[in-house]
Parts: sequence; C-alpha cells; structure tokens
Amino acid sequence: MIPVTFTYQRASSVDEAVDLASRGEETKFLAGGHSLLPLMKLRLAVPETLIDIGRLRELSYIRDDGSHLAVGALTSHHDVATSDVLARELPLLAHAASQVGDPQVRHCGTIGGSLAHGDSAADLPAVVLALDATMIVRGPAGTREIGASEFFRGLFETALEDGELLTEIRIPKPASPGWSFQKFTKRAIDWAIVGVAVQGGNVALVNMGQTPVRATAVEQALASGAAPGDAAAHAADGLTPSGDFSASRGYREHLARVLVGRALTESLTRN
Amino acid sequence: MKVTVTVNGSQVEAEVPDRTLLVHFLREQAGLTATNVGCDTSSCGACTVLLDGQSVKSCTLLAAQADSRAVQTMEGLASSDDPDAMHPVQRAFRAEHGLQCGFCTPGMVMAAVSLLAENSSPTEDEVRAALEGNLCRCTGYHNIVRAVLAAAGENQSAQAGAAAASERQA
Amino acid sequence: MSILGTRVVRTEDPRLLTKGGTYVDDMRLPGMARVTFVRSPVAHAMITGIDTSAALAAPGVVAALTAADLTDLGPPPPDDGSGGEVNETLPLPAGGPWTEPLFAVDRVRYVGEPVAMVITDDRYQGEDAAELVSVDYEPLPAVVGYDAALAGSTQLFPAAGTNVVVVGGAPADDSAFEGCEVVVERTFENQRLAPIPMEGRAAAATWEDGKLTAWVSTQNAQITRFVLAGVLGLDPGAIRVVAPDVGGGFGAKVALDRDAILVVWAAKHIGHALSWSETRSENLLGMTQGRAQRQTVKIGGSRDGRIQAYRLDIVQDAGAYPRMGGFLPFFTRLMATGAYDIPNVSAASTTVVTNATPIAAYRGAGRPEATAAIERAVDLFAAEIGKDPADVRRMNLIPDGKFPYQSPCGAVYDSGAYTGALDKVLAGAGYRELRAEQARRRERGDVLQLGIGVSSYVEITAADAAGGETAQLIVHDNGTATVYTGSSAHGQGHHTAWAMIVEAELGIEMAKVTVIHGDTDLIPLGTGTYGSRSLQLGGVAVHRTAVEVKEQARQLAADLLEASESDLELDTGSGTWQVRGDPASSKTWAEVASHAGDGGLTASVHHTAQPTFPFGSHVAVVEVDTETGKARLIRHVTVDDAGTVLNPVLFDGQRHGGIAQGVAQALYEEVAYDADGNPLTSTLVDYAAITAAELPSFELLTSETPADNPLGAKGIGEAGTIGSTPATQNAVIDAVSHLGVRHIDMPATPERVWAAINAARGTL
Repeated sequence: MIPVTFTYQRASSVDEAVDLASRGEETKFLAGGHSLLPLMKLRLAVPETLIDIGRLRELSYIRDDGSHLAVGALTSHHDVATSDVLARELPLLAHAASQVGDPQVRHCGTIGGSLAHGDSAADLPAVVLALDATMIVRGPAGTREIGASEFFRGLFETALEDGELLTEIRIPKPASPGWSFQKFTKRAIDWAIVGVAVQGGNVALVNMGQTPVRATAVEQALASGAAPGDAAAHAADGLTPSGDFSASRGYREHLARVLVGRALTESLTRN
Repeated sequence: MKVTVTVNGSQVEAEVPDRTLLVHFLREQAGLTATNVGCDTSSCGACTVLLDGQSVKSCTLLAAQADSRAVQTMEGLASSDDPDAMHPVQRAFRAEHGLQCGFCTPGMVMAAVSLLAENSSPTEDEVRAALEGNLCRCTGYHNIVRAVLAAAGENQSAQAGAAAASERQA
Repeated sequence: MSILGTRVVRTEDPRLLTKGGTYVDDMRLPGMARVTFVRSPVAHAMITGIDTSAALAAPGVVAALTAADLTDLGPPPPDDGSGGEVNETLPLPAGGPWTEPLFAVDRVRYVGEPVAMVITDDRYQGEDAAELVSVDYEPLPAVVGYDAALAGSTQLFPAAGTNVVVVGGAPADDSAFEGCEVVVERTFENQRLAPIPMEGRAAAATWEDGKLTAWVSTQNAQITRFVLAGVLGLDPGAIRVVAPDVGGGFGAKVALDRDAILVVWAAKHIGHALSWSETRSENLLGMTQGRAQRQTVKIGGSRDGRIQAYRLDIVQDAGAYPRMGGFLPFFTRLMATGAYDIPNVSAASTTVVTNATPIAAYRGAGRPEATAAIERAVDLFAAEIGKDPADVRRMNLIPDGKFPYQSPCGAVYDSGAYTGALDKVLAGAGYRELRAEQARRRERGDVLQLGIGVSSYVEITAADAAGGETAQLIVHDNGTATVYTGSSAHGQGHHTAWAMIVEAELGIEMAKVTVIHGDTDLIPLGTGTYGSRSLQLGGVAVHRTAVEVKEQARQLAADLLEASESDLELDTGSGTWQVRGDPASSKTWAEVASHAGDGGLTASVHHTAQPTFPFGSHVAVVEVDTETGKARLIRHVTVDDAGTVLNPVLFDGQRHGGIAQGVAQALYEEVAYDADGNPLTSTLVDYAAITAAELPSFELLTSETPADNPLGAKGIGEAGTIGSTPATQNAVIDAVSHLGVRHIDMPATPERVWAAINAARGTL
C-alpha cells in the first residue's frame, strides 16, 4: 500500500528534468503517476528518485501542424479525449483515450506516461502503432525521434534510454478516414483482454503479445483486396498471445479474429 | 519535504515524508477523515477528491503532486448538515437513499460532482460509465444513479429558473 | 395514519454525507501506535524460524510480536472430549485437532495467515518494518481443490488423520428415483467469493487501569466482548467493546476474527493504544470468504413436469480452518428442497479443509447455495423434458394451502404465496413478449441472443431467533426518547426504522428519538445484525418496549389527569395523553415521564421468536454475444416478499444491494488459486467486483405476505442475493440453449460461455 522510501524532486523545465535524471541512480519520471505509482505502492517498482515533471505545462498541448498532429507528452487522457481538434483529425486517438481507465484516471494519466510505461495491455500503445506515430524524445545527448514500430521493445520495455524523456507524440494525419477501436473486457473498468485499433489499412492489437503489434497478415490480406471478414481470419497469424487468468491463449486468438472483423467493418462505415 | 495544499479553501502546510500519499495527507495532516482508503490498486474510488476541480483518486497521487494546488473533499461541499445548506448532490443522495454504510460515499459524491461539472445532463448510461471507478458493496448502485440524475435535474431546474428570472429582468 | 409503511429518508444520512462516518481507521486515540501484520506468503509450510531482530531495529518500531509472546491468554476452554491438545484456542465450532491458533505457531495453512505483527508509530513505518521480519518456511504440498482434499495424501492437520472435518445429512436413496420417467444428474460448482465490504477488517484498543476498550468493525459488539473475555481470560466487566461506524459486513464481520483478537491482545500485552486496519490485498487473503461448494444434483420426475425426487450432494470447502465448516452446509441441506413440493428430497454434505482462506458466512450463508442448486436442477429438468422453465416451476411450487409447510429437509416454512410471486414477476417482466423477442432473434440467427432466466426461492431468516434480540426504551423528562438496541446496523438504517416504530406506537416524533447501538457499556446484552434477523427480532423488541412504556404511561397519565385508565387515549398524532372527549385535558410525554419517579419511564425486552421464511421470484434478462461469449444483464425484475414492509426506502435498498451481489456471483466474481495454493485474485484488479457499469436499474415489484409477529416482518437482507444468482445464471444458459448448451458454471465469463457454445457445437 505504501511505496518504499524515495527522494522527490520537482523539475521546472524539460532541461532540468533531463539534467536531474542524469545525476541520479534508479530515477523515474513522474507524470500523472497512474502507471508508476500503483506499481510503487505494491513495491513492484522501487525507484530511488522520482522526478516530478507534472508541472511542465509546456508539455501539455494538442497542435494541428498541417500535415500532422503534435500532442505533448503530458496531455492528460481527459484532454486528448475531449479535444475538438483530435475529434476532427484523429478520432481513433480521441476515442481510445476516452476508454482508458475511469474518469479519475483520465484526469491524471497522460499519453506520454502511458506510452513510456510500455504495457502491451494498455490501449494507447496500440493506437499510436496503428497511427504510425513518431515519439520525440529528449535526453542528455539531445533530441531524437523514434518511430512507434521501434519504440515498444518488450513488456514494460521501451526504446527510452535511462534519463530520456518523451516530450511529444507526432502523428501524421491519416490518409484514410476509416477508423475503429474495439476494446474487449469482462467489466468496463478492466484492462483489455484483447483490443484492436484500426486506421485505414493499419491494424494494431492490444494484449496479443509482449508489445503492441501490427496484425501484418491482416494488413497484407487487405492490401491484396481481401474482404474484411476474410482478412480478419488472419488476425492471430504469427502471434503468441499469453494465456493467463483473464483468458487462455486460444480465446485471445479467437477474440482477435472476431474483433478485427468488427473493427474493419466499422471502419468502412466511416470511410 | 514541506507540502502546502489548499484543502476546502484553507491552507494546510506540513512537513511530510516524500512518499506520503495525498489521501493520507488529507486524513492525517489536514485532519479530514471523510475520504476513505478502500483498496491498494486504484480500483475502488473511495478516495476520490477534486484536484483543481477534477476528480482524482487521492491514493494514487503523492501529496507533493498537490503542493500549491487546491483540493476539495466531501467535507468541503457543505458547511453544515442542515439539509438546506447541503450541496445538490448531497441532498440528492439523501433523498434517493444513495448510501447505506457510507464508506464509499465521500468518494462517490465527489465523483458525481465532477461528472456533473463536465456533463450537466448525463443519461443513465453515462452516469453508470462515469462511476465505473467507484465501487459500492451495499447499494447495488441503483439509488446512487438515481441520486446523480436527480442532482442533475435539480441543477437543470435551478439553471432554468435563473435563466427565466434573468429573461424577465431583461 | 401510521408512519409505518411510508417512505422515510434516513436520519443517519446528514452526518454521513457531510462530515462522513467515523470508522475505526478514522479514530485518533492518544498515543496510538499502528499494527502491521506479517503474513504467510505460502499456502502450506512448516515454520522453522522467525527472526524479528531486523524489524526491531527499524525506525519507529515499538514492538514485534509472534506466537512466542502469547503468554498471557486465558485458560483454554474445557476439553470437549474431541481429543488433541488445544493451544492458543479460539471459541470456534471446530476445536480439538482443527484448532485455529492466533499467530501461526509451527505451520501455516493459507497465504495470508498471520505469523507476526510489528507495532510502529505510523503505518508507513509499519509496512517497512513488516518486510524486515524474517520467517523461514519449509514448504509442504498444497492441498488445492475438493479432490485433493478428499484424496488426503497431504493432510492439513495430521493429528486429525484426514482432511474431512464433518459429514452430515442422509445417505443417498436411489429408490426415490425409481419410477421417474426422466432423471437428470449434474455436478457443478458454487464458487468461492470474497465479501469485500468497502471497509476491510479493523480494530483499535486501549488498556488502561485494568479496563480494555476495543473499537472493532463488527456486526455484534456484545458477542465480540464475550469472545475477547474468553480468549484473554478477562472478566467481561473489564472489557468494553464499541462498534463505531462499520463500512459493511455481509456476514464476514460477525464478532471478530483472529487478526482483530491479536490487535486487542497486543494493546493489553504491551500496554499501548493500538489501531489496525487491513489493506485490500490483506482483506482478499485474510477476511473469511463465502460459498465454495461442489454440488451434485439429481432430479427426477415425469415427462409432464412433475418433480418426484431430488438429491443434493455437497462437498464444502471450509478453507484452511473449519470455522463454519459444518454450519454452512447444514443450512444448504435444510433449504435444499427450495420452494417446491417434492415428495422425496434428501441431501448430504462432506466438509473438507484446503490450503485456502477460511470460509464463513457471506450474504446468505449456506442458503444461496441451496437455491442455486435446486434452481439449476429445475432448469436442467425442464430442458430435458422440453418444457418452459417457468411452467415447470409453477407446476411444482408449494401451493398456498399447504402452509405452514413441513419440508422433507426438516424446515417448517411459515407462510408463503409462491405461485402468485412467480406469476407477478413474469407479468412484470413481460415474459411472453421476452420469449417472442428471443424467438425472433433465434430465427434471424442474431449475434446478440436474448436469455431469460427465472428463479423461485424461499429462504430462512432469523435462523437463530431463539437467541432473540434486546431493546430498552427510555422516555425522558423532556419528552425525548432513547432506544438502546442489541442490533448492530452497518448500513441497514436501524436508527431510522427503530425511531419510526417508536413514533408509530407512542407519537413521539422521530426527531426526538435517539437510537444507540454497539456499545457494551450501554448495551451489555445483545445479539447483533446478520442473517436478516434485526427487524423481526430487534425491531419487534423495540415495538414491545414501546407497548410496555405506553401501559406504564397510561397509569401515570391517569394519575396526573385524575381520570381512570380506561378513559384515557394516546393521540399518536400529537403525542399527547387525553381524557377521551376532553381535548383540553392533555398531558405531554414530558409531563408523564416527569411523573414517573426514580425508576423513570422505561422498559426492557429480550424478544425471542421463531425463524421466518421470506420468498420470491426473479426474472433476469441477459444479452449474450454469441461470437465472444460476453453476457450482459439488461433487466432484472423481482418479487421479494418479506412480509409487511416497514420502510420501502430501506427495504428496496436491501434488495438492490442483494441483487447486485447475486448477479456478481453469476457473471463476474470468483476467488481463484493456482495449483500451489497461491491466490490469483488478491487485488481488486483481478477480483472482478461488480460496478455500476455492469448493472441496469432494477425493477422491484411489491408483495407482502405478513409474518406472524407484531410488525408482520420477515428478513430482507439476503433474499435479493439468493434470488438473483440463479435467475442470472439460468438466463445466460437460456440465451444459448438453442445451440445445445445445457449448463455453464459460475461465473459465466465470456470465455466459459464461448467454450460452452463450442462444446455444444462440437467445435474447438
């Protein structure tokens, strides 16, 4: 229930945040804290230093930059979900953000925090993967860009090096307007047993592996003209979802096929 | 570290361990025990308070994150238990029997206040979805939902009345 | 017009809605330290060593205690002849070799069992210090599940020589099924559940000047006091137990359990004010859990729908210590026949121990299990003969003329109108229209199929009515009144209801009636609130004190008014005594009470009675996505007849809460362990507690068949749960019965439904 003792530091700028992180051992950034603090309370994460970046309002923004959207890493799920700009330009992202957790979680949790946490059962990693997003990252050596397909390395493992801070998520405006987000749970509040994010011909899956994954067999089938139902049959091809208390592997594979089919059908209605 | 939080309009300042959770800061340093701890996985919502007007789970925030910000707890909704002084949501919970043991109630009430601030006339489905992070074991939620809808209705009547009054004056 | 039967909002609420309740963890005792337990992380192991030295050196640690420190307990209870040495005993049903210790001594038997405690200045230090207590465990094979327990190759209590604690009931008699045209048999599970009241277990205590004061989150302070007196070897007069506001109980807070006993003992042992409230994870490991029966039903009858014989065999998982091992299946057997007039019914049970959290009472305590079994059996029978399950019920329900009804299981149902309840709920649900809609969807082959589930139930409330309940009423010189009740509300609204009873009888308005409960200094004798007993026992006790006070007052008023008693009337509207026909001659309660002399105007009653049997019928409507298996409850309609309704607000609130917990069992909740006895559902992320988003608003219909007591009341607290679980389970199965599915175990998770559809279709 109570985290192990740590030292709290507060950053007043992005540069200061990166600088503080470079000096400490076992440091973690604290944004909304709704991925990190629950782990710390169960003592599954024991950082020695927390660098609170929650006050960096300059990292909370949603900007239409013409060919792409720029979303600051500290934008809350609530702000992403209720953004008029995103409702118009990236409804997949806005809608998925509205499904994260519950209202209290959405008021605190941030898109950057969720992505940096790298949980393959979370909703937004699959969404940014489907949207071919680019992560803008600031570190001691400067700024770099990481494509979504390289960003997620494993369960709770991303391409972020120690001391690197995710500052922005840059998303190209989709060529095709069709989209759908299917999140399958037992109860509304649960993590997705399986989820599907579709944008045009891009199909990404939640909780079908150690990272969010693109359903490449489905995408290839679609590209070669297959109907949604036939393409969806390939949803689990080449994937190794886990079996756990929530669902067996076989059930996950079945759900992936069903949900991809539904997502593709819904996406078509939005074309 | 020193943490200063404005709680229900009053400044509370204390020297606390860095790892102090906001819910414990409220219950200990601020001496406000209405907000309860019901779980340890941010699942139950009993600890819900408003932070700068938005509902948050105070067990999943460090007190440090609320430093120099404003928190409102259920105790801050009404100055007395005189029914006429109660907040419409408190009044509605009483009228609709939206509580039994009372343990989830402070968090439930604050979640409802936040919902109505963002959506002044929710449908029943919207109310139920908005409360998915607030567990209650006693009521089966039936009367809680009625209470929230009733409070929304009261707000609507009040707003309509105010609008009508200002129309008459114009 | 009497206030009884009218909608009255609660007097408890203004405080709860503004300042909030005062639960144990809200209390700040001077100099108070915090208790944190060290618990076993393994399901079954020998303890070969405990080292608290690192913990004792940690910041803020006042003490670290283990079984070795339990040197100042009371004497063990007298040998009951059951054999085996008795150490660190608790007054539990199963003693002898099954004795449950306070701290684990040389063996742990479930994950979460308390092994030690650290006492620290604040709770944050407590969590740190608890991690520093070093316990050496030598793991033993874990006994997980019914079959492993029955096989007995590993025994939890070697001195007992078996894992079978108690066997009860009648042997099977196959001759009862001869002559049945149709016989259906099935084995299924009534799964283990966690009560999860929003407030977990909590206790605080002080030991000062030879007096022990304990604040416990309990459903009965008086019983708690006697338990503590026995365990600690103190005179009850040296103990005061207070139940502050209690955040839900549902049967799991009847008296107090070993963890709370240890907290109170520790306060005395080290002479320090202490407070303890468990975390949710501890609660999911350490608070007693409910249900956990494997049931085999055999039902036989004729093709026209008449049920002739029913047999129920139960294996009860008692968990690691058989606290209520025999008690719960006893009630299941008692109520096995349900609401039906079946000529041949018999039941038997075998209780086993397993390396899991101990099982005790949880909303219904043995009766939901009985109803779930017979209601599943009736649907299986109906499916076998191809008849509508509602029609089969109607054909077999106990007819009105047969009450009081002596059931073949030994219960005597007092009163009932079962067929009327069934017909009422079917009409209220629009059953025919629902079946028509179901047929249309089946015809079209819709993905979303409709399921309609029916249940009829009867249950036993105030089963321990012979123990009764206490009440004392005092009318004060200023015309106000105080009620001291032995009941112990933790959300049920007794303060409102008992004040209504006083107002109805005496005309003293509710605002002038104070109700007090849960303090043994003020109320030394009482039984408490569980088993849906309080209105029919505690409320009737209050009513009887009011009647006695009224008769005393009549004499006093006659004296004051210089009139004869027979000429006096009490005008309950104005709360005044008057000479009939002479309104000017009135005396107030204040005047009458002032005239009472030294003893004051007061009456005390200890009311005992007989159990009562509320009943009803539920209809659950679910939508099942036949591609994913996900079931959603879209309507729930009920008739719950618990006699005359005192306050519809409180009555319906109990139904709502009961229905939600019952639906939760059918669709979502279960406690699960892996093969090594490690819990898989030890947080609220994994234990699927039902939320508002999973439920519709409920449709409650009215039915009042009065009971034979002055309030006409039976108990409603558990009935909603008992009726809703089988209706919902039956609905899910009904939704996919056209695909060949006959049964799905609870909880009917999406994967289970999907697997059942596949199995019926012969696909994988």
